[in-house]
Amino acid sequence: MKDLTYHFLVLFFVLTHTVVLAKNIHVGPGKENRSIRAALLLAKDGDTIFVYHSLYKEGNIIINKKITMIGVDYPVIDGDKKFEVVSIKSDNVIFRGFQVQNSGYGSLNDLGGIKVYDAGNIIIENNILENNFFSIYINFGKNILIKNNKIRAYGIEEQQIGNGIHCWKSDSLQIIGNHIQGHRDGIYFEFVTHSIIWRNVSRFNIRYGLHFMFSNDDAYINNVFDGNGAGVAVMYTKKVTMYNNTFKNSTGDASYGILLKEISDAEIVGNRFLSNTSALFLEGANRIMIKKNVFSNNGWGLKIQANCMENVISQNNFIGNTFDVSTNGSLVLNKFDKNYWDKYEGYDLDKDMYGDIPFHPLNVYSFIIENNPIAMLLFRSFMVTLLEKTEKLIPSITPEDFRDDHPLLKAYSL
Amino acid sequence: MKGITTFIIKDILKNRIVILYTLILCGFSWSIFSLEDNVSKGILSLLNIILLIVPLVSVIFANIYMYNSTEFIELLVSQPVKRSSIWYAMFTGLAVALNAAFLIGIGIPVLLFIHPLTALVVILAGVLLTTIFVSVAMLCFILMRDKAKGIGLSIMLWLFLSLMYDGLVLFFMFQFADYPIEKIMVLLTAINPVDLARIQVLLQIDVAALMGYTGAIFKKLFGTQTGYFTSFIFMLVWIVVPYFFSLRLFKNKDL
Repeated sequence: MKDLTYHFLVLFFVLTHTVVLAKNIHVGPGKENRSIRAALLLAKDGDTIFVYHSLYKEGNIIINKKITMIGVDYPVIDGDKKFEVVSIKSDNVIFRGFQVQNSGYGSLNDLGGIKVYDAGNIIIENNILENNFFSIYINFGKNILIKNNKIRAYGIEEQQIGNGIHCWKSDSLQIIGNHIQGHRDGIYFEFVTHSIIWRNVSRFNIRYGLHFMFSNDDAYINNVFDGNGAGVAVMYTKKVTMYNNTFKNSTGDASYGILLKEISDAEIVGNRFLSNTSALFLEGANRIMIKKNVFSNNGWGLKIQANCMENVISQNNFIGNTFDVSTNGSLVLNKFDKNYWDKYEGYDLDKDMYGDIPFHPLNVYSFIIENNPIAMLLFRSFMVTLLEKTEKLIPSITPEDFRDDHPLLKAYSL
Repeated sequence: MKGITTFIIKDILKNRIVILYTLILCGFSWSIFSLEDNVSKGILSLLNIILLIVPLVSVIFANIYMYNSTEFIELLVSQPVKRSSIWYAMFTGLAVALNAAFLIGIGIPVLLFIHPLTALVVILAGVLLTTIFVSVAMLCFILMRDKAKGIGLSIMLWLFLSLMYDGLVLFFMFQFADYPIEKIMVLLTAINPVDLARIQVLLQIDVAALMGYTGAIFKKLFGTQTGYFTSFIFMLVWIVVPYFFSLRLFKNKDL
């Protein structure tokens, strides 16, 4: 028995030995190390490096050990417009509380402010990223948390600037509470799966606030996309869920609140689309549930191309849009039901909350405008209003079965 | 001259029809805004009133008032007053009185309920249309000695500008849709003051749609500062030209 206790004690000391050996390294003016590189050379797996406030211009800093880097009072790491600033090439790294700025620009290499190469279990948290080419770049990452970073760039031209959070061939990412501004795409996903994007704000990016392709099984919740050049574009993806996001102020020729291209089995629920030229554009989108969204003050609420199938549009509010819905063909393979349309002029005699006559959301004049853009000049004139009213009563140009059989009389409180 | 103008303004403001007009406009706008919780829909209903009712009442009232004041005008002409100042007084009197009715009836509720900039555009559109149709009515008066013909002509002009013109332009557009007719279309709509007023209000309420491809030309031509300015100038031309034309005829007319 005594022997066993002895063995356990030995085992205990052996196990705790490594933990005890993990040490803290301090970097900063007046500390034991003046440069981050020197500290990284000293560090072993499991160590923690504290970096104190100062300006560090050390070229490319490569983290290839399992360490924790903590910035105290936001030390500034500057890439001098030449280098990639921080490269993380090891698993189990925590990078927290730094200001990373001025990464180099490359037309061949995608230099990042913080770039992760083929690594997992990484936390990038509470950093400020200023004026980088790509701010946070995840290349073959797994289990990565990117949280509460403030990302800002000053891109003017699409070709001259990279993306805010760029993720490529990654899995199980959590992108939470980041603020992204002034990049090409705010958040960019390509071949990223099983990831969550939660409570981010992506504003005033040159191209898209969010852009993803071939990224299945991802969820987008409570994000705000505001004033991005071309809104949000999502393509060639299955099983996406988008809950409670806000898409607003995407105005312009080819701007969309969301552009869905070749998307299937998605859920778009509880989102708000405010003041976009086209709030939701669907092309080749199948089996999408569009439910409980608010479409308010947009030019076009829903642009649904005739190649979309089996989508269900129900329980949404359409308020104050110039055109609620438009399409480019006469084939109707989608279902509109139980939406609130502020343009509905029917009645409800049986008091079941739904209008007794179906609503035809297609405006004939949006058809005409599609072919003759200049016809917009006559929009809302007496003759055009007359034309619209007649078409609403006796549909001849617009498809008859493009309708909502149960239009709500009062808006949902969403 | 000032005396004549104030006399006419007072005379018109005392007129029961003008009071009724004010009350009706008031009723319309207050009920629209208090019944409708969606403001942009309210503006739309109001837009129809401004584009149809306001010009109609202005043109008919001004025209009939002119015919009814024929004897008064003859009396004034026999006095040592310049003919141009008589004409000016009539015009100012009518324009001020009818605009006052418009401002009280629609201007106040609009200012209270909608965004100040949009309200300003809506009010300006209404004021300009009122003045334009007063000017047109005076032209009709001077062109036709016969009252029935004069009123007929002014109603025809209203019908043409408010209702028929857009139909004709639409027809033209469909016929020549294959040709580059953008510039001609813009010119055609810019000629008509009612269309100009409508477009200016449209730029306020459908701004999101107009930012797209469909509205790109539109926004470029009407939505910029020069665009606003040009529309304003075009509408002023509609006030000034009929007025001076009628003034010239009045000066040489054997009453």
